[in-house]
Amino acid sequence: MQSTISVEDQLTKIYAIWLREFKVFLREKSRLVASTFTPILWLFVIGSGLGSANPSTVPGVDYQQFIFPGIVSMSIIFSSVFFGSYIIWDRKFDFLKSVMVAPVSRGSVFVGKSLGGMTTSLIQAAILLAIGAAIGIHFTPLSLMQDVAIILLMSFGLTSLGLALGSYMYSLEGFQMIVSFVVFPLFFLSGALFPLDKLPGWLGILTAVDPATYGVDAMRNAMLGVGSHPAMLDFGVLTAYTAALGLFGIYSFGRMKAV
Amino acid sequence: MAVIKIRNLVKQYGRLTAVDNLTLDINENEVFGLLGSNGAGKTTTIHMLATLLKPTSGTATVNGYDIVSQSSKVRSSIGIVFQAPSSDDMLTGFENLHLHAMLYSVPRQTRNKRINEVLELVGLADRKNDQVKTYSGGMRRRLEIARGLLHKPKVMFLDEPTLGLDPTSRESMWKYVKRLVEEEKVTIILTTHYMEEADMLCDRIGIIDRGKIVALDTPSGLKAGLGGDIIRIKTKTHDADNIVKQFDFVQKMERADGFLVLSVKNAKRALPVLLQAIEAESAEFASPTLNDVFIQLTGRNIKEEAEGGFMEKYAKYD
Repeated sequence: MQSTISVEDQLTKIYAIWLREFKVFLREKSRLVASTFTPILWLFVIGSGLGSANPSTVPGVDYQQFIFPGIVSMSIIFSSVFFGSYIIWDRKFDFLKSVMVAPVSRGSVFVGKSLGGMTTSLIQAAILLAIGAAIGIHFTPLSLMQDVAIILLMSFGLTSLGLALGSYMYSLEGFQMIVSFVVFPLFFLSGALFPLDKLPGWLGILTAVDPATYGVDAMRNAMLGVGSHPAMLDFGVLTAYTAALGLFGIYSFGRMKAV
Repeated sequence: MAVIKIRNLVKQYGRLTAVDNLTLDINENEVFGLLGSNGAGKTTTIHMLATLLKPTSGTATVNGYDIVSQSSKVRSSIGIVFQAPSSDDMLTGFENLHLHAMLYSVPRQTRNKRINEVLELVGLADRKNDQVKTYSGGMRRRLEIARGLLHKPKVMFLDEPTLGLDPTSRESMWKYVKRLVEEEKVTIILTTHYMEEADMLCDRIGIIDRGKIVALDTPSGLKAGLGGDIIRIKTKTHDADNIVKQFDFVQKMERADGFLVLSVKNAKRALPVLLQAIEAESAEFASPTLNDVFIQLTGRNIKEEAEGGFMEKYAKYD
């Protein structure tokens, strides 16, 4: 029984959970294609369409480039929250029960799942970053490192949020609620599509409490050198939100009923 | 020696008592059947023993470990096959087993060997690299058995292992369960509401009704408890009643619908003797089945119970 408390054993179990998520991600090609296609559609249709109306966003940055960090965030929001709340399916098909009855702690399952969510978000974001380079975003090694850090922070926080919400839901219908009341508001209120400076008061407040706002703004700072807040403020708030959502996720996951 | 000791185990959902003060010992290396209709408390009991549900009161130990305070050690000691297959459809059979081998701390050096061993045991070696979504219902169930065996558990729970399978798959499942008993040193606790399944596979059977064990014995012991076999003879022999009465193996005799209905200890031995003594137009005999035992104990026919597992569903939404 010595082995069950060893670090290597714990890491193996976390790896096992992560590997399952990663393999499923690679095999569900339709999910990958669909979730990459939607942001691209937004980037080109909204970016070019609204961009043709010359909205006065930031001088020297065209609208398509302006929303690019927002579209990357959109991809992270969708993939991470969906990924987390897929736990409803795991439960529906009893896969979760087979993991819960194994000698592995809830914490390890949570960490393995979160790493899976971060991996899938990072892969999808990487595809978008390549497209970004094609539409004229200049990446430097430093800005890329910042982007990756932001992507990982956001995706960990939002996967945790998805896992937490999924752990309270017992029917597949709950998934629709998450889409309507969590995923879309997180995206629309994040300032992904508009600058934060001239908003009416009520909208300003809502964007200020949306954790994704700070991810979008941090990436805008890193990629375009324009942001509504200083980069350090964005990073600070994003990290605090991520930590809080992580704790909420672990707590919810821990109190979830096994059967 | 008892590998599972259940003491006054209770599980309540609100005012509903799913498991009612259950006390039971299950011995090492026996195949124990929990037989009961849907909602009798079988699955709830298994879930408590597997540490997935906390008992309302009472205790149990599995392999010497307490199911509440030493749940991790209990989990390492058991394998379980759930009512509904729980493998990941998108992964291959091998990958599913590999995942669980890691979760159950099967050492890296022996992992592949053990996976192939259990795949061989359940006859899935040639399909191990196919995605589980291409498997039939019976194959999925067998994969679950293989998965449960990976870490050489002391105790294996099979919760309705043949529920929803067609008759052919069911029979092949029985074959694999028997093989499992021969090849792996493991105690099996099987729940079922199929009488012939319990009869064929189990060393001992506990009949559970409304959360209580109402009978506990070997299959033959349970049936013997009902008395012997029943013989029905239609005869024209004048005075047949008096002739038959003379045999002292006849425990009971009555007339019903023109038939002589006799209770005897052993019909196969008694019938030839009777047929020599009287001239019969027709004669038939039947041994009591577990179904007869169930009806006598509960007043209900297990086969007439609706499918669906009311208690299990209820448990899900608690």
